[in-house]
Amino acid sequence: MIPAPFDYAAPMTLAEAFALLEEHGDEAKILAGGHSLIPMMKLRFASPEFLIDINNIPGLSYIKESDGYLRIGAMTREADLDHSGLIRSRYPIFTDASKLIADPQVRNMGTIGGNLAHGDAANDHPAVMLAMRAEVVISSSEGQRVVPIDEFFFGFYMTAVQPNEILTEIRIPVPPAHTGNAYHKLERKVGDYATAGVAVQLTVDGKGFCTHAGIGLTNVNPTPMRATRSEEALVGEKMTEEAIARAAQMAAEDCNPSDDLRGDEEYKRAMVGVLTKRMIHKALERARS
Amino acid sequence: MKKEITVTINGEKHTATVEPRTLLVHLIREHLRLTGTHIGCDTSNCGACTILVNGKSIKSCTMLAIQADGKEIITVEGLATTEGLHPIQEGFKENHGLHCGYCTPGMMMRAVELLADNPNPTEEEIRWGISGNLCRCTGYNNIVKAIQYAGAKMRGETLPSTEPEFV
Repeated sequence: MIPAPFDYAAPMTLAEAFALLEEHGDEAKILAGGHSLIPMMKLRFASPEFLIDINNIPGLSYIKESDGYLRIGAMTREADLDHSGLIRSRYPIFTDASKLIADPQVRNMGTIGGNLAHGDAANDHPAVMLAMRAEVVISSSEGQRVVPIDEFFFGFYMTAVQPNEILTEIRIPVPPAHTGNAYHKLERKVGDYATAGVAVQLTVDGKGFCTHAGIGLTNVNPTPMRATRSEEALVGEKMTEEAIARAAQMAAEDCNPSDDLRGDEEYKRAMVGVLTKRMIHKALERARS
Repeated sequence: MKKEITVTINGEKHTATVEPRTLLVHLIREHLRLTGTHIGCDTSNCGACTILVNGKSIKSCTMLAIQADGKEIITVEGLATTEGLHPIQEGFKENHGLHCGYCTPGMMMRAVELLADNPNPTEEEIRWGISGNLCRCTGYNNIVKAIQYAGAKMRGETLPSTEPEFV
């Protein structure tokens, strides 16, 4: 399968990339890791007239903590997250997610920015970002704007990134002490999209009460979904089995999965319940260690 | 619309004129006639087209040839030297790591990066490490052994037995 014809440029600076975006408007697509875009172009689901390859622009790949944020450059590969000592020791939720994303070769190319900007509710990072209350930095020739993750996903393949803009950084507030997080997805085989996936981040106080909760769901709603009612049910509560079961039940009730080859609606709701419970337990374990 | 690109493949510089939509695997197989790299699923699932680009294993059906401009590529044809087979090739030969052979070039190129990253992987690490490469014949056991053999050889250790396993 060969994509429809298109023209291509690989600018060396963001300024050149912005100029190309201004020139070509919504006929242009940004090429990051390419492992969602190129397959869609081969299947002719997408036929952009112009590709702007941002792989040669330096300075878009980094993982660092500064000014109270974990900052991840948009072109950071899944494999970089997988291998990062900082991520492994302080943000295990990313290691949970990145090792379940596609396979090693795809992770060598796929980027965290692309995973979000693609706007697919089946991707894994959106749920993780919802749980961690991330902010997304979107840049254009006019400067930068910072969009909270809750205002980022508009609809199927639609995000806050406008045709003249490029997603350049993801910012995650450095979690307070006694915070734990975890992600898991149920997948039929390596490389498949999630049947259901759940990301959880929790902060607990010295007496075992929950002070902050973030819960994001993968592939059980037309857009990446925050399990708001479950979060509210946990905050202020002592983390008992009953409280956890109630929050998990609410996530199962509130999601909107559709029947497909990966399972019917009832099954997916049940799996959201099971995974939410397990991820709350895992996040708690990490918060206490 | 066509553009000129230069890639180094298996140590040799090649210049080619390609359309931006030309896939890297087509440049390798059809322009350069290096047909050791296979096309399997053509959807980035099976791993038969795996090659190394700047030392990283990637699926060449899902990269544009033009993205490889200026890069160093190694394909299965670049593994053996005048000294003989690469340890990973020897491992597959000694351990019956293939039946039909279709997945083998991609499997070996993936194993080369796996062993470069992790010279002494556990069996579980090997199985996760080749999770992006599908084999429909072997049941994977002898592929895992082939990679263990190559790892041992590259570490300079005594080589594991290559008696085939009948179960």
